[in-house]
Parts: sequence; structure tokens; C-alpha cells
Amino acid sequence: MDVIVDNLDAYWQGFVTTLGLTALSSVLALALGTVLAAMRVSPVPTLRGAGAAYVEVVRNTPLTVAFFFVVFVLPQLDIRLSFFVFAVIAVTVYHAAFFCEAVRSGINAVGVGQAEAARSIGLTFTQSLRLVVLPQAFRTVVPPLINIVIALTKNTSIAAAFGVLELTAVGTQLANANADAVIAVLVGVAICYLLLTLPSGWLAGRLERRLAVAR
Amino acid sequence: MSQAAVLYDAAGPRGRRRVLAGSAVGLLAIAAIAAVALGRMAAKGAFEADLWRLLTQSNVQRLLARGLAATLRAALVAMALSMAVGALLAIGRLSHRAWLARPAGAWVELFRGVPLLLLILFVFLGLPAVGVTVSTFWALVLGLTLYNGAVIGEIFRAGILSLPRGQTEAAYAIGLRRGQALRLVLLPQAVRLMLPALVSQLVTLLKDTSLGFVIGYAELLRSGRNAVEFLGGRYSIPIYTAIAVVYIAVNGSLSFLARWLDRRTRRRYGGAVEQSTADEAA
Repeated sequence: MDVIVDNLDAYWQGFVTTLGLTALSSVLALALGTVLAAMRVSPVPTLRGAGAAYVEVVRNTPLTVAFFFVVFVLPQLDIRLSFFVFAVIAVTVYHAAFFCEAVRSGINAVGVGQAEAARSIGLTFTQSLRLVVLPQAFRTVVPPLINIVIALTKNTSIAAAFGVLELTAVGTQLANANADAVIAVLVGVAICYLLLTLPSGWLAGRLERRLAVAR
Repeated sequence: MSQAAVLYDAAGPRGRRRVLAGSAVGLLAIAAIAAVALGRMAAKGAFEADLWRLLTQSNVQRLLARGLAATLRAALVAMALSMAVGALLAIGRLSHRAWLARPAGAWVELFRGVPLLLLILFVFLGLPAVGVTVSTFWALVLGLTLYNGAVIGEIFRAGILSLPRGQTEAAYAIGLRRGQALRLVLLPQAVRLMLPALVSQLVTLLKDTSLGFVIGYAELLRSGRNAVEFLGGRYSIPIYTAIAVVYIAVNGSLSFLARWLDRRTRRRYGGAVEQSTADEAA
């Protein structure tokens, strides 16, 4: 276990990078996912089709392949950004599809009467979605959204293979440098991830029980 | 609110015209962006025929086919092992004996809480460190099993818990013991409810085999990367596009099967266990 104490600096650096990658990608993916969900319930057939196609393509493609396209194909088009930004793009594009599906199922869980009432007092589609349906939908989808953020946190580990020095990359570097303490090094990394994921999981479970609305 | 149509009225003639005009403008805008991107790609020679003709060469096709076979092999072995581990974990968590239920619960929380890639690295780097040699295939399969065993265990548990209480009570009433009730009454019914979620999880697992790329297992993605490294970076667009198409074709058909099973299960048995969106993403 000395290995962990000796390398706390490296762990901390990796932890902060993972946290930054997670926070930035979560916010962007949630925004994109909400737009996609609104598109999928909109009155415009073209938007519905585009939203559905996006979700269908992304959910059947591995995140690693998304990373490949961003990291290896974008430079072919003379788009050169830092590996961190590339990772944010790949993680955002991938998870937006899942945020979209969670928000959409939330919209579907809001009672029909709510939308009918909104329409009957003369609100337009955008108004009824923004003022009546989405606020209630977000309430029911908070736990699933947290769970997707947890999945996203874990998935940022793939950025390790694409030049971002986050927790997992720190782990492999330390494991290579300390061949006699590989397991201790990796246990340290696992603990760092569990520090992020376990409390969020408990929070999601608690909120799920508290926010449960009888419909 | 199952029918989104409540949110808006059917468009009249003016609305339809506006939708049409808006769609046309939107499509034009997308076409303009695409034209710029494609122009840039064309300037780099991304559309030269010889680049894409590569995909018709039999040795490239053979390479990708071998990669796909390796991907499917890893996915199927990992799926079988994960279901075995998952069944044990579910039975353990449902047990009334605390010394079984607690560790099984802790196991599930622990292995669902860390990234799959880290588990694969644990097997790949950790086992050799204690003197056990492990091939890249088994490192990938065992890593996948550690993670998916926990996820599938939760699917099994949800399936058994979703059955009406009366089933357990009836089993006890005719004198079955707990193990017998589980084996003879609950499991056969639960399996039907879980099938759609299991197929969805197989899609996720299939996607995750692409992590074999990181440890150098020659699955579909690694094979493609090897080809690009051998042929040169300009071939990355056709090869990665082909790989993405293969993944989407295989996983798309499996997802379709899962949705069909889900509808059928709901129709016949009035309910089904769902794979959570979060499990699908991870």
C-alpha cells in the first residue's frame, strides 16, 4: 500500500482529470440529450426522424469506435484539438443518446392530463413542453439521470487509451513503473472510482424512493 | 403521456407548408455543412476510388471477418460465464442467510461501481503479477465476466422479484422448500420475463468487447487499427466506417430482436424486466 501513499500526487491529478472530464461531458451531453428528446416528441416529422436516427446509430456503436472517429478521423480533416477536448467530444456524443432516452421516458411518464390541460389553456407545443411537461419529467428522471452520469464517469476510463492522463491512465503508468505492486496500484484506482460512483448510486437510490410520485 | 400527439394539434395546410419549408431550410443548412466537410475530405483525397476500393479486397475483408469472429467469440463466452456468475449472485442476494446475501450484495455494488476497462486491466496486469499467465482473450473475457456477472445478477434478481407474491406463497403452500420454490416455480417464469433484458445486455457486452483493443486482443476494432497502421493514416476513414457499419448492423439486429421479444413478452405475460438506460450506456 506504500505505493498509493508515495504516488498520491499522481492519483490526485488523475482524479481531477476524471472529474473534469465527467463534469464537462455530463453537462454538454445532458443539454444535447434534452434537445434530442424534444426533437423526438416534436410536431415536425423531420426532427423526429433525425432524433431517432441519432439515437439508433449511437446506441449500437461502441464508445471506443466513437473515440476512433474523433481521435483518428478528425485530424485527417485538419481538425486538431487537445486529447482532452477530443475525449469530451466523444463522451458527449455517445452519452447524449442515453440522456435523450431517459428524458424521453420521463416525458412519457407525465400524465396525459397534464399535457391536455396545458393545451386546453392555450399553451403552444414549446410552452407546454417547457412550462408544464419538462419540469415534471425532470423530477421523475433525476435518479435515472444520475445513474447515466455514473455510467459516464466509468466510461471516461476509455479516454486512457486515447492520450488523456486520467485515473485509469495514471493506474497503468504506475503499474508499469511498480511491477512489484501492480495489484495495490490498481486497487488504489478502483477506490478512487468507487469514491465517485458509490455515493452517487446511493443518492440516486434515495432520490428514487423520495421522488416517487404516485400516478 | 404515451401519445406525444397530445402536445400539439395535427398541422393544417399552413402548418404543413411551414414544416416543409423549415425542413427544407434545415436540410439545406446540413447539406451546406456536409459539403464543407466533404470538400475538406475530398481535398485530402478521402474519396479517391482506390481508398474505398480497399474494402473490396479479399484480404481486407478476411481480416475484418476474422476480427468480427474474434469479437463474437469473446462476447459469447463472456455472456455464458456472466450468466452463470449472475445466477449465483442473484440466488445469493435473494437468500435469507445474511452471510450469503451481504457478500453477494457487496460484490454486485463493488463490480458495478468500477469501470469495465479497469477490471480488464486488473486481470491483464494483475494476474501476471501474481504469477498466473493469461492470454489477451481470457483477460478480456474474465474482465467482461466480472462486470457483466454483477449486472446480469441484478437482472435475474429483478426478474424473480417482479413475479407476483402469490407464486412464492403457493409454492410454500404445497410444501416446497425455498430452494425448490426458486428452482421449480420462480425461475422458469422469471426467465421468460428476463429474456428481452438479457438480449439487450448482450448488445452492451458486444459493444464492450471493443475494449479488447486496449490490451491488444485482435477483435474487430484492433484488426481495423492494425490494417490502418500497416496501410497508412489516409485509409482510416474507409476502414473505421466499415467497422462502424458492421457494429451497427450486428447490434442493430440484436436490438431489434430484443425489442420484438420485449413486445411479445409484455403481450403474453403482461410485463417484462427492462435493461436500465444506464446499464445500456456502460
